Amino acid sequence: MAKKVLVLAESRDGSLRNVSFEAIAAAKEISGGGEVFAVLCGESVQSLANDLIHYGADRVLVAENEKLANYTTDGYYQALKQIIDDEKPEAIVFGHTSLGKDLSPRLAARLESGLISDVTGLEQAGENTVFTRPVYSGKAFEKKLINDGLVFVTIRPNNIAPLEKDESRSGEVKSVSVEIKDLRTIVKEVVRKATTGVDLSEAKIIVAGGRGVKSEDGFKPLQELADVLGAAVGASRGACDADYCDYSLQIGQTGKVVTPDLYIACGISGAIQHLAGMSNSKVIVAINKDPEASIFSVADYGIVGDLFEVVPLLTEEFKKVLV
Amino acid sequence: MNIYVILKRTFDTEEKISVSNNKISEDSAEFIINPYDEYAIEEAITLKDAHGGTVTVVTVGDEDSEKELRTALAMGADQAVLISNEDLDSQDPFTTSSVLAAYFKDKEFDIILGGNVAIDNGTGQVGPRLAELLDIPHVTTITKIEINGTTVNIERDVEGDLEKIETSLPLLVTAQQGLNEPRYPSLPGIMKAKKKPLETLELDDLDIDEDDVEAKTKTVEIYLPPKKEAGKILSGDTADQVKELVSLLRNEAKVI
Ligand SMILES: Cc1cc2nc3c(=O)[nH]c(=O)nc-3n(C[C@H](O)[C@H](O)[C@H](O)COP(=O)(O)OP(=O)(O)OC[C@H]3O[C@@H](n4cnc5c(N)ncnc54)[C@H](O)[C@@H]3O)c2cc1C
Ligand SMILES: Cc1cc2nc3c(=O)[nH]c(=O)nc-3n(C[C@H](O)[C@H](O)[C@H](O)COP(=O)(O)OP(=O)(O)OC[C@H]3O[C@@H](n4cnc5c(N)ncnc54)[C@H](O)[C@@H]3O)c2cc1C
Repeated sequence: MAKKVLVLAESRDGSLRNVSFEAIAAAKEISGGGEVFAVLCGESVQSLANDLIHYGADRVLVAENEKLANYTTDGYYQALKQIIDDEKPEAIVFGHTSLGKDLSPRLAARLESGLISDVTGLEQAGENTVFTRPVYSGKAFEKKLINDGLVFVTIRPNNIAPLEKDESRSGEVKSVSVEIKDLRTIVKEVVRKATTGVDLSEAKIIVAGGRGVKSEDGFKPLQELADVLGAAVGASRGACDADYCDYSLQIGQTGKVVTPDLYIACGISGAIQHLAGMSNSKVIVAINKDPEASIFSVADYGIVGDLFEVVPLLTEEFKKVLV
Repeated sequence: MNIYVILKRTFDTEEKISVSNNKISEDSAEFIINPYDEYAIEEAITLKDAHGGTVTVVTVGDEDSEKELRTALAMGADQAVLISNEDLDSQDPFTTSSVLAAYFKDKEFDIILGGNVAIDNGTGQVGPRLAELLDIPHVTTITKIEINGTTVNIERDVEGDLEKIETSLPLLVTAQQGLNEPRYPSLPGIMKAKKKPLETLELDDLDIDEDDVEAKTKTVEIYLPPKKEAGKILSGDTADQVKELVSLLRNEAKVI
């Protein structure tokens, strides 16, 4: 049965996040040939709408309002609620991002619907879509479906492939006016920590450092390797707590969950909370001087050795072969 | 202040997981307070120390959850409530939040603290769902909170960025790592906890009809990820290992 599916698009620094394109791809599959429409909220975001069409949305609704300039739960909730009431979608897809995690349960409670969070895969089973999601910090997986009513899911970034961008696609882009009443939470200030460059949760290659990096300067060889590979730099909690780097680089249960093609862990022991954030990476390389470190149990390739010796050599070797 | 903590008993983080009969096997597993809920308990006690009042910890769980509630009491919570889920056939975050909402319906509360995510099922839904059902604002993944009168100033973690929020009571917040360092229960604390009130409620006590809180989602399968083949630990002198690794990444793994 064809379904009408709503996708909430998310932008950051004036461009759309990849997870929004992935959400469109998921929505297409859920829709079973029905309509996929994207919702874009913000202060002035209209210019982003066409990209959503190019990635497969049939239609885009743009809700512009000065009260949507910053994400607030109440502001987005009110905007989405109005649109859902008007459009009556049969399925909703959000990214499992900070925003998606904050907003989706609240809307689901209001809509009295089920919600499947942190989906990493989906398949059709008869009339139903069955969703796969990790549980127990990625030590197990479950397949779930929504019994009846609205199908509401959030998808983990970097797991569901977006559709090929097609600039010849066209679709309706329409402004909708939304009424935002009082906001009970007000954003006073946003202190941007996340370094510019590749967004960790969307990076294809990540070079990550742990307490073994030993100092802020110790991250330099990792950064040099990352530069050669076009990779992002990440870190363990251990490195963040020791002040070697900012918390915005943290990967794991508390930090970012990443699924790159290649994850190079340097001086990271491999605590379960760290593995929860990276064990689904396609290929994992571990560099650690302790042969017993748990990180080797999830690694595809391991080098037992001093990272300060290995990493610079690796950078040189890649420089040679990547010219 | 009436301070509440919603707490979940979970598998110990370090536990090995096995599946039998399409369920995660609980045989001989160690259980703990969900680590993010420990931050919530610690913060609740800190708020009480600053503003006075009582800290009540509430869980929806089976009778074994008494152990985790006692631990919270030993840390310094004043009283505990165990809402028995043993009459529920199916349960998901919709169920849990609906049961909690029925409990809170006739309570006076200023603030409810929870964890931002449970490390087992890991949906992060229960807090925001409950806030909606109680029609109060919520703030997720907080790393700092200050209360002055009814004004509340909060810092929250947003994928590594820091957001400063102003809001007011009554309020529900969910704890992120970094909020505080949870204390260990002291020996006198453990002794005192044995005498602190722990109330057990059945669904009937909350006028809950099981059918009304029936899960909205269904788990069709639980499985372990395919065992990863043991990785290749390289050997030889370091320069050769590095050459081999680069070649493996290019030619075997084909990721570069
Ligand atoms: C509720 C909770 C949530 C958490 N969330 C997270 C999270 O999101 N992310 C996270 O990462 N952690 C998290 N943790 C912390 C986690 O348990 C570990 O403490 C942390 O991951 C350890 O960091 P590490 O591996 O860098 O440090 P360590 O465990 O100290 O490991 C350092 C490693 O470096 C190696 N080493 C040292 N020198 C060298 C060298 N010269 N060359 C090569 N190797 C070297 C050592 O052999 C060792 O294996 C959480 C903990 C809790 C309780
Ligand atoms: C017998 C049984 C069967 C179950 N069957 C299913 C099933 O089929 N499908 C399914 O999805 N889940 C099932 N569950 C799991 C359970 O319903 C969920 O774990 C629960 O709804 C919480 O969701 P979560 O773990 O994602 O918590 P999250 O939403 O991630 O938890 C966030 C925070 O909410 C609070 N919280 C969470 N749970 C509780 C609680 N029980 N009491 C008080 N506070 C809490 C804590 O502060 C926690 O840190 C079952 C549980 C039991 C005991």
